[in-house]
Amino acid sequence: MTKLNELTIAAARDMLRKGEVTSAELTEACLSAIDGAGALNAFVHKTPEIARDRAAAADQRIKAGEAPAMCGIPVGIKDLFCTRGVPSQAASNILKGFKPEYESTVSQQLVDAGAVMLGKLNMDEFAMGSSNETSCYGNAVNPWRRGNDDAALTPGGSSGGSASAVAADLCLGATGTDTGGSIRQPAAFTGITGIKPTYGRCSRWGIVAFASSLDQAGPMTKDVRDAAIMLGAMCGHDPKDSTSADLPVPDFEAALTGDIRGKKIGIPREYRMDGMPDEIEKLWADGTAMLKDAGAEIVDISLPHTKYALPAYYVVAPAEASSNLARYDGVRYGHRAKLGQGDGITEMYEKTRAEGFGHEVQRRVMIGTYVLSAGFYDAYYNRARKVRALIKRDFETVFADGIDAILTPATPSAAFGLGEMAEADPIAMYLNDVFTVTVNLAGLPGVAVPTGLDRQGLPLGLQLIGRPWEEGALLNHAYVLERAAGFVARPAKWW
Amino acid sequence: MLDLTYEAPKPKVISGAKEDWELVIGLEVHAQVASNAKLFSGASTTFGAEPNSNVAFVDAAMPGMLPVINEYCVAQAVKTGLGLKAGINLRSAFDRKNYFYPDLPQGYQISQLYHPIVGEGEVIVDMGPGIARRVRIERIHIEQDAGKSIHDLDPTMSFVDLNRTGVALMEIVSRPDIRGPEEAAAYVGKLRQIMRYLGTCDGNMQNGNLRADVNVSICRPGDYEKYQATGDFGHLGTRCEIKNMNSMRFIQQAIEYEARRQIAIVEDGGKVVQETRLYDPDKGETRSMRSKEEAHDYRYFPCPDLLPLEIEQAWVDDIAASMPELPDAKKARFVGDYGMTEYDANVLTAEVENAAFFEEVAKGRDGKQAANWVINELFGRLNKEGLTVETTPVSAAQLGGMLDLIAKGDISGKMAKDLFELLWTTEKGGDPAEVAAKHGMKQVTDTGAIEAAVDEVIAANPAQVEKAKANPKLAGWFVGQVLKATGGKANPAAVNELVAKKLGL
Repeated sequence: MTKLNELTIAAARDMLRKGEVTSAELTEACLSAIDGAGALNAFVHKTPEIARDRAAAADQRIKAGEAPAMCGIPVGIKDLFCTRGVPSQAASNILKGFKPEYESTVSQQLVDAGAVMLGKLNMDEFAMGSSNETSCYGNAVNPWRRGNDDAALTPGGSSGGSASAVAADLCLGATGTDTGGSIRQPAAFTGITGIKPTYGRCSRWGIVAFASSLDQAGPMTKDVRDAAIMLGAMCGHDPKDSTSADLPVPDFEAALTGDIRGKKIGIPREYRMDGMPDEIEKLWADGTAMLKDAGAEIVDISLPHTKYALPAYYVVAPAEASSNLARYDGVRYGHRAKLGQGDGITEMYEKTRAEGFGHEVQRRVMIGTYVLSAGFYDAYYNRARKVRALIKRDFETVFADGIDAILTPATPSAAFGLGEMAEADPIAMYLNDVFTVTVNLAGLPGVAVPTGLDRQGLPLGLQLIGRPWEEGALLNHAYVLERAAGFVARPAKWW
Repeated sequence: MLDLTYEAPKPKVISGAKEDWELVIGLEVHAQVASNAKLFSGASTTFGAEPNSNVAFVDAAMPGMLPVINEYCVAQAVKTGLGLKAGINLRSAFDRKNYFYPDLPQGYQISQLYHPIVGEGEVIVDMGPGIARRVRIERIHIEQDAGKSIHDLDPTMSFVDLNRTGVALMEIVSRPDIRGPEEAAAYVGKLRQIMRYLGTCDGNMQNGNLRADVNVSICRPGDYEKYQATGDFGHLGTRCEIKNMNSMRFIQQAIEYEARRQIAIVEDGGKVVQETRLYDPDKGETRSMRSKEEAHDYRYFPCPDLLPLEIEQAWVDDIAASMPELPDAKKARFVGDYGMTEYDANVLTAEVENAAFFEEVAKGRDGKQAANWVINELFGRLNKEGLTVETTPVSAAQLGGMLDLIAKGDISGKMAKDLFELLWTTEKGGDPAEVAAKHGMKQVTDTGAIEAAVDEVIAANPAQVEKAKANPKLAGWFVGQVLKATGGKANPAAVNELVAKKLGL
């Protein structure tokens, strides 16, 4: 029999409604799994008391027959989300000890739906990274290993803690955020499902900002149905976020019909990168065949500005980050450096930020400051904005031509070893985002679904990109892929 | 609306040691939007609150907090733009101006660099009857104010008050059309007057709700006209910007000092360096704050937390339809309708409340006379006692009632002054007619009675009669005697007439 913490959200929901299990039992199972998974370093702040209180409340609601889909479901929350009274540090030393007096809209909506917060999840500092190694808490670890090799692997980033926790059954689902691939890449690295919805679908209010025009929250779950259920609870219009879309939230789960006959799937030729590993090529071809078998029409498409996406992203995102992170100055909250004799405000800023920010964050703040500087603005930031508009137009063109979804690899490789990239050029790490950043630049929904294993037994994922505001249809394509792939592999428990 | 026509004033000329110089001045006026809530948060804007009590999470730049535009502040900016006859941009956008300072919690000010909400407009700056400077407005944008750093409470620590942080400001940018210190002050005064009419800024300079950055340069006579003809700034001198002045007097002093400083440099063969300067009112001089090289690189870029601000023409039209009559129109109407001088019209329209008071007094009465009474008697007295039309002891209705008594000939002008005094002091709130009656103020208009008095005076002074016949100017003596004999109650006009008739003049 499946252990309670191994249940999907959908299964747990059905059992809760039938009275076969209580939220308290689910919660205890997860809390005990978390306690036994210290080696994964996925949870950086555990909140068992809050979890037990909310589980008890959820059980009351379920008993009263008033139970939304997420009611009683134990989840983890990425440390980027501000949670009232609970440390919310974006995995940064500069926010050491910061406990907000407010709750992010997304996590509040989960609370309102009856979800049970188990604690805060590890991540790259300020969501800047693709391996979880920039976290001030040390990296989270991927529950998957290569064959019999004991080498610790990255769960990906920045939502690495969320991915590790879901893949290792420490929780039934987790929140993630995705600025350039931070939900989809870790999902692919850990064999789970992760969707970044259309920009504006989820409120950004209360989520520590990295790059405001790109950041979106989304669920990371064990399968596509769970993603549909959890996304429904997380999204919706929020007047507190001016970029949040005032659109109704459809029933995403109801969209999972498994029928994609006659749909057109675009295969973008520009995503066939030089030196792409055979395994990724094959995964992509297999996925294409699965969709074709399901009755979809496969269309070769062109997204001509793809090659400019990564450079444009690494101008726009750091530019916004350099401004967004200016508030971490030691004046009002978080870390403040000890000052020496004669130190003034400039020294306070310099020392505080030098001590509080890790190297990757510092690098991006400097890049962002540089590209916005007088004399460089047009060459970098403005050009990147133009490229961004062209990338968006590429997608608009293919969608206008009748394409329903676009299939690409999610990552250029399987999970790599922790520390393997330590000596590499930072650009090598940035290449992890090569298939995912276009989606953020264009504001589109994108989902990563596990569809296979590499020859070392590590999960690999494919990405589907959908039309704006059509997450339901997108998830339905992912659902077809998931069923066809029949991905059932689980990491062997070693922790 | 009746337009008054003006002549442009002569530019101020300052004589240096060697030659004459003219001034070229442009202003950036920061006006706090009259609004109960801040530009991007619901926090209160009340002045003088306990430090850090009017601070929302977003004002303190707490992690993850987001700005949401306050529609009322946008409406106020649009109203101000319409009041300055400016174009309204239906699509504008917000940018971030990045710099570090403890009273700027976000590390950036949200402003509008690239796409301001208000475009080009103009202001007529009155410099005396028939003389006015037409100052072109380049733009108005809305932005957040910063908080307040306090450095004098502790020897080693600085304190920060975020109450003002995020309060909405309008930055009103003029073209370099101002040609002297007095014009600059008058320009700020005119903006203040218009915004007070509109209710978009209270204009309180003492509280910092209206501040100005002044750009000053000098040029040789004739060069400004070349600039005007070509638009080429090369004809003008290098400018210096004097920051953040909140008094009309300081603005004038600072410009005067700065112009003389620049003249001295240029006449000495030196070059004016473009820089930002501060005016020190204690020393009466400007000093360098930062040079062009030290100028901040603000790294402006579009604020990704806010969508472009789109407003509809119909909404602008509604605001336009709700606009009150503005000072220029009111002044022209006063001159036209009441036949008063432009000078009097200026005085009466300076504050919208004064104009309203006057109109209540003047309604259905002789406007010129009403203007005289309001300006000379009422305003004179209010000024002397530090009162305003809101706190005046004599109401518009009372003053009007008094003017009615004069018009009917019931009381003389002299009596009216006494009556005014009574209403101001011991008979507060009294009905003018009743108070006049109570104090026996009744002018004699019965010609029979006056005639008898005239006859009596003429009969008693035959020598004077002879003299007056030779020199008619002496008739005034008889009038005085008659008035004296009637205890000041005889209608002077009637006495004049009768004296002239009886003396055969």
